[in-house]
Amino acid sequence: MTAVPRTHDHPDAALRAEALESLLLERGLIDPNVVDGLISRYENDVGPMNGARVIAKAWTDADYRRRLLDDGTVAIGELGYSGPQGEHIEVLENSDKVHNVVVCTLCSCYPWPVLGLPPSWYKDPAYRARIVREPRRVLAEMGLALDDDVEIRVWDSSSEVRYLVLPERPEGTSDLSEEALAALVTRDAMVGVARVTSP
Amino acid sequence: MSELPVELAIIGPAAPPRSNGEMVFDAPWESRLFGVTLALVEAERFAWSEFQQRLIAAVRRWETEHPEGEGYRYYERWAEALESLLDDLGIVAVETTDARVLALAARPAGHDHAGHGAGPVAHDGP
Repeated sequence: MTAVPRTHDHPDAALRAEALESLLLERGLIDPNVVDGLISRYENDVGPMNGARVIAKAWTDADYRRRLLDDGTVAIGELGYSGPQGEHIEVLENSDKVHNVVVCTLCSCYPWPVLGLPPSWYKDPAYRARIVREPRRVLAEMGLALDDDVEIRVWDSSSEVRYLVLPERPEGTSDLSEEALAALVTRDAMVGVARVTSP
Repeated sequence: MSELPVELAIIGPAAPPRSNGEMVFDAPWESRLFGVTLALVEAERFAWSEFQQRLIAAVRRWETEHPEGEGYRYYERWAEALESLLDDLGIVAVETTDARVLALAARPAGHDHAGHGAGPVAHDGP
């Protein structure tokens, strides 16, 4: 790989990004409407509420839950969610004995179609290193205290497999509709750094 | 948008994702860079996996040079990855980008804006 030393910690990243975009534009290599559309899509349309609908359906439909755990990509596709970074999604089921949490130790692999783009802390070197070394402590620091008898499994995302955590359905929600349940599910719960709590 | 390929036509709910999280970009240039990269993948100038390998390498290099992890900026690593890939593919040489940066920096004061989402440049009437 060619080293590109000048781009290391350059002071004006905004100017550099603008320079690159203007060059690509002039050469006809990108269509500004496509760029605008992609940004708008990931800022406004694709986000954790997609994953929340998947989780709520799994909580209310046993057949769907089975399909989801069997082949996440296909079951998620049933709800219309697919696209880049969603080619191979594996769903990890939490229980009172096992808690799953997801990281990408190498960069920032994340299931975009169901969670949108990753939050800052997910990309941060500290989370990526420490959640592997001392998951119980990191989760506690993030507000999720787990009992010692709960097994924590840390899953490292890769370009081949992205993970989505299926959290436990909170107590006292048997009367809630699928839509109301989806509103309870947070992004953090689907990454495995939080629980879903009752309303 | 009709120009988007079918695989990106994800059914989007009305509520924005930031209601369930934070803003996905910290600065406008980050979102432009993201959009440009995805547009190049869509146009098949390179595969996402090629870009991703560069990103992994750029992240690793930074982390090796900064073991304490302070001052990490993800989209700067993204920019580094994209620039090195475009350079190697002969699409945009780093020197060309350098020259363009200097040209943009030399713009008169008041013209150094991102060009998107700015207010009106002229106004007429009440």
